[in-house]
Amino acid sequence: MSWLPKSPKARRRLTLVAAIAPVLALAVGLTLWGLSDSISFFYTPSQAEAAKPEPGRSIQLGGLVAAGSVVKHPDGRVEFTVTDQQASDRVVFQGDLPDLFREGQGVVAIGAFRADGVFEAKRVLAKHDERYMPREVEKALKDQGEWYGDGQRPEHVSKGSGAAE
Amino acid sequence: MIAEIGSFALILALALSIAQAALSWAARWRRSAVLAGGGEGAALAAFLSVAVAFAALMHAFVTSDFSVANVAANSHSEKPLLYRVAGTWGSHEGSMLLWCLALTGFGAAAAGLGRSLPRGLRAVTVGTQGLLGVVFLAYTVFASNPLTRLAQAPVEGRSLNPLLQDPALAVHPPFLYAGYVGMSVVFSFAVAALVEGRVDAAWARWVRPWTLAAWAFLTVGITLGAFWAYYELGWGGWWFWDPVENASFMPWLIAAALLHSAVVTEKRGALPGWTVFLALAAFTFSMLGAFLVRSGVLTSVHAFAVDPTRGVLLLIILGLTAGLGFTLFAWRAPSLQQGGVFAPVSRESALVLNNILLTAATATVLLGTLFPLIREAATGEAISVGPPYFNLTFTPLMTALMILLPVGPLLAWKRGDARAGVKRLWWAFAVAVAVGWVVFAAVAPRHGLGAAGVAMGVWLIAGALAEIFERIRLFRAPGGESWRRLWGLPRGAWGMTLAHLGLGVFVLGAVFETTWKVEAAEALPVGGSLDVGAYHVVLESIAPAPGPNYEAERGAVTVTKGGQVVCRAKPERRLYSAGGQTTSEVGLCYRGLSHIYLVLGERREAADQPVWLVRAYWNPWATLIFVGPAIMALGGLVSLSDRRLRLGVARRKEEETKA
Repeated sequence: MSWLPKSPKARRRLTLVAAIAPVLALAVGLTLWGLSDSISFFYTPSQAEAAKPEPGRSIQLGGLVAAGSVVKHPDGRVEFTVTDQQASDRVVFQGDLPDLFREGQGVVAIGAFRADGVFEAKRVLAKHDERYMPREVEKALKDQGEWYGDGQRPEHVSKGSGAAE
Repeated sequence: MIAEIGSFALILALALSIAQAALSWAARWRRSAVLAGGGEGAALAAFLSVAVAFAALMHAFVTSDFSVANVAANSHSEKPLLYRVAGTWGSHEGSMLLWCLALTGFGAAAAGLGRSLPRGLRAVTVGTQGLLGVVFLAYTVFASNPLTRLAQAPVEGRSLNPLLQDPALAVHPPFLYAGYVGMSVVFSFAVAALVEGRVDAAWARWVRPWTLAAWAFLTVGITLGAFWAYYELGWGGWWFWDPVENASFMPWLIAAALLHSAVVTEKRGALPGWTVFLALAAFTFSMLGAFLVRSGVLTSVHAFAVDPTRGVLLLIILGLTAGLGFTLFAWRAPSLQQGGVFAPVSRESALVLNNILLTAATATVLLGTLFPLIREAATGEAISVGPPYFNLTFTPLMTALMILLPVGPLLAWKRGDARAGVKRLWWAFAVAVAVGWVVFAAVAPRHGLGAAGVAMGVWLIAGALAEIFERIRLFRAPGGESWRRLWGLPRGAWGMTLAHLGLGVFVLGAVFETTWKVEAAEALPVGGSLDVGAYHVVLESIAPAPGPNYEAERGAVTVTKGGQVVCRAKPERRLYSAGGQTTSEVGLCYRGLSHIYLVLGERREAADQPVWLVRAYWNPWATLIFVGPAIMALGGLVSLSDRRLRLGVARRKEEETKA
């Protein structure tokens, strides 16, 4: 094949480029598609009110579980209110709540708003660790000036993990 | 007193690491065997010191010495012994100590086993390992000391998170860390190669066993973690593309790429720069993992208690170490010799393509993992990147890799014959297509992609076998000769076959489970039942079941199929009094390779009687998901035992070059 470069080094480079280019194109293409299409936004209830995500679009709703709002139905459905003190959303969820789900604690619900404005959660996340506050929830609450520091968490937590500091 | 001895030993280890680094580097520049010996001695002593500190912390956990802050925060006197031992590495501080133990342990091993290495290379390797030891021990001593005392000891500890009180998770961190930190030796070797300007076949041969060992440990660690997530979280899944999972997966992918590129460097002397680059990248990804898990910059279901200050420190360590490593690479790599040339169709090309695909896949995982951070920094919007992204990007790249995988080992070095390769593989291809077709026709509900995935798994397994058949000339040579060749095969060849076969087994399990799993959830009173797939699940009774440090409700569940009882399971729901936390203990029924997966949920009060949320999953072929990686790790170990990798060979080679 005369159109190939003569030196073996240049030939090898050409082969490498020919091998890398399609893979790179595939990877970049898929990544861009994936990142435009299948990421989900995180909102607190007041942010969701402002952003108005279309019904059916998968998002994450984070905030505190309003005290006294949890209704557990015998058929397995749960209803509760997620609030950031400025706005709140009613969430319905079919299934078992995570082990650390508590009223007054931070949660992240993954799912979508229904047309009637109720949030239908596919999964509810509270964390393994009772010291944990979902980072987005903590940040969003801080941004909104609704963060009361450690006082909101269980009392013994203020010692934290770091007696070493 | 013992905790103080531990503290002292930890600081001593830091001092010894400083000595290790200083002596070894001095030995390199002054070409002094005495100094080098001193550096190696210091490496061994540093390991022993950290071991003493680690033993002291373990002692504090076992005896429930709550005057040690870390024990008070993470242990409880009612905890079973296994979890008190495992508590040693259950917290951030303890796990950093485990990291240091592995780091100095690998340093001591490199110093002790590296007798056959050229002196300069060995001194720089031990010295670099010493510098890494200094950095991480300094971090442990000054920023996260696990042996700090409390002025006032509490009467009772706050207990280890109950979800972590599990046998698989008790042994998961040691394996994972051995894998993560095993890459540090590879990193040190790469730095030494750059300093010495020596990246050749012998170097690649020294690096390979360390990479193999680290990769095998990492495989076991990740699999144990996935298995834990599978039966302890009670979500019915085993991989969630969670940032912490990705953090352990990226070094694994890079190590896999490195294993393959090191073969090219070893056999053909080609790709030296790329191999060194991967060697540096593997440990960089390990450190990135340590940073992601501990800093709390990403939301994860597995993160440790979050501490931003430590995150910044770890980020500085990461930047400094990787930055220096890659700067050295940029400076020295152009001077590395270029190895042999090869044709576009050759074993080398196949391995290059493997590397391109593996690194591209790693890059997509990295981008998906960090994208929430980038996006938030750029626009302030919080987002999450979930499984859909990874399925879309990672899966096609891996599919391409797996289509090509069986072909590579059948091509010759330098210049391969594609047509001959095809001829040897047509039967594997035919078997894969046939099995895929049968699955498509026979398994309900009908699922084209699932059937294609099964065909892919069969293609990998048959391809791995085809390679062995080729090596023993099955059906082409007399049976006796094939038999003799089979026994004469080097362990390295068996290792490769097992690893590729294991990947195929994993693909079979993962595809089958993901495509054909069935889920059902209902609130059941005692005596109630639900159907999942072909199975009928009856909740027979609920009884209290007290444990050592928890109270549990235990359900007795009977599973029947067509009126025949197939198994009885006892899923539990446990309440840990120490933290007020509940966990689910999944009931698993093994049906061949498949599982019936039963979760007892919370109790609800219905109108006339209490009901329990029961979830049941039919997870077909789920066992293969965990058996596959186990076979891969076994392949790594078998390959590691190959006598060609024993270091004596390398020494002989060095003497030859000297002569």
